[in-house]
Amino acid sequence: MSRPEDTLPPDLFYNDTESYKYTTSSRIKSIQSSMTQRALQLLALTSPSMVLDIGCGSGLSGEHLSSSGHIWVGMDISASMLAIALDRDTDGDLLLADMGQGVPFRPGTFDAAISISALQWLCNADSSEVSATGRLSRFFDGLYSSLKRGGKAVLQFYPKNDVQRTMITSAAVKAGFGAGLLEDDPETKNKKLYLVLTVGAGRGEVVGGAVAGRDVTDVVKGMEGVDVIDERRKGKNGKGKEIKGSKSWILRKKEQGRNKGRAVKGDSKYTGRKRRPVF
Amino acid sequence: MKILTSNYITCAVKACKSSTLSFPLHFQDAELVQEEVDFNAEFIVGILPRIEWDALIVTAAELGFTNLPAQKPEPTEEAPLGEQVLKDLHKLLLETQVTEGKLVCGNCQHIYNIHQGIANFLLPNHLV
Ligand SMILES: C[S@@+](CC[C@H](N)C(=O)[O-])C[C@H]1O[C@@H](n2cnc3c(N)ncnc32)[C@H](O)[C@@H]1O
Ligand SMILES: [Zn+2]
Repeated sequence: MSRPEDTLPPDLFYNDTESYKYTTSSRIKSIQSSMTQRALQLLALTSPSMVLDIGCGSGLSGEHLSSSGHIWVGMDISASMLAIALDRDTDGDLLLADMGQGVPFRPGTFDAAISISALQWLCNADSSEVSATGRLSRFFDGLYSSLKRGGKAVLQFYPKNDVQRTMITSAAVKAGFGAGLLEDDPETKNKKLYLVLTVGAGRGEVVGGAVAGRDVTDVVKGMEGVDVIDERRKGKNGKGKEIKGSKSWILRKKEQGRNKGRAVKGDSKYTGRKRRPVF
Repeated sequence: MKILTSNYITCAVKACKSSTLSFPLHFQDAELVQEEVDFNAEFIVGILPRIEWDALIVTAAELGFTNLPAQKPEPTEEAPLGEQVLKDLHKLLLETQVTEGKLVCGNCQHIYNIHQGIANFLLPNHLV
């Protein structure tokens, strides 16, 4: 099946006909509904909140925010989708806006954000003037700023391949978010990917992603299949600094030694462990 | 557009990010409707700390509501906000909506049109 993202820009793809077809399909309604419920579960909001729905479309995702007692603002680039949202008497406040141009809200305003099946559209630059990376970073920078400290976002998306998946997750981490990926029904054709983002302490207060990584671990703790994206763990191949004396550092040094033909002790489970002081 | 949203939204033009004049955006030729929204005291209490009160006074005045208190009602442990105050806020922030009109940036004068309650925030690329 060809991906709509590869055929047309979103505002042209979601024209009146397509938007109507999308919104009235009972199959789509039920999928969007279950993914939104999952996102809400991951957000774990404990009180009625102010939520941003990015790529809200005709309101299929937003209506679950309303029924959970939240007030929401939705932004979407397709006027046809928003017109259907109006027809359906959606409770959310709607904006015609392009997430790739940023998220135009005062800093620290929203309690949380969701996005259901929209983010992959950002991987296709739809004009020659602006790169996909540029649009992604404008989006995540804006989202980061518009969420309150301690705020969370859950974004379900359909990456075309690993390149897109990495493009999106690394743009989120670069913006300052603590990030984790959750995959439901992996290895099946129904697999669903959720990017879980947290806004930790203010940027600049914490060096690197140190706290960010921990935050998101708490959010998704105990949930099966969650993969915390933590730049620090990348060791020497990633951007993070490898700590001198750490296990990975020792293993790498030993490997280097072996490659140079030196006599190096074999690796064991004790390699790089802290030794107890001996009295 | 709800009054609450107008207290959150800023000019999307890049050059306006650092200007204090780009918030709040100013309503012009606004047509208002009142639409009932379920009252939820907990929601109002929860968002009140993130309301910019001075901006709300400006916005409300532009729409013809001039009887807001000069200071944000601040709940304390001994004196939580009374039901009436919360209901008044609910009515203004969530039930009062602008259906037609414009939002204008005080810095770059960009006009964001509002039609059927939906504000158009799409920008030409050179302004982003
Ligand atoms: C598959 S629909 C999902 C709509 C809704 N979230 C739902 O669950 O039914 C994807 C939506 O993303 C919107 N979209 C795509 N690119 C966008 C962009 N750059 N800015 C805002 N919305 C965008 C499309 O217009 C479309 O309404
Ligand atoms: Zn402006």
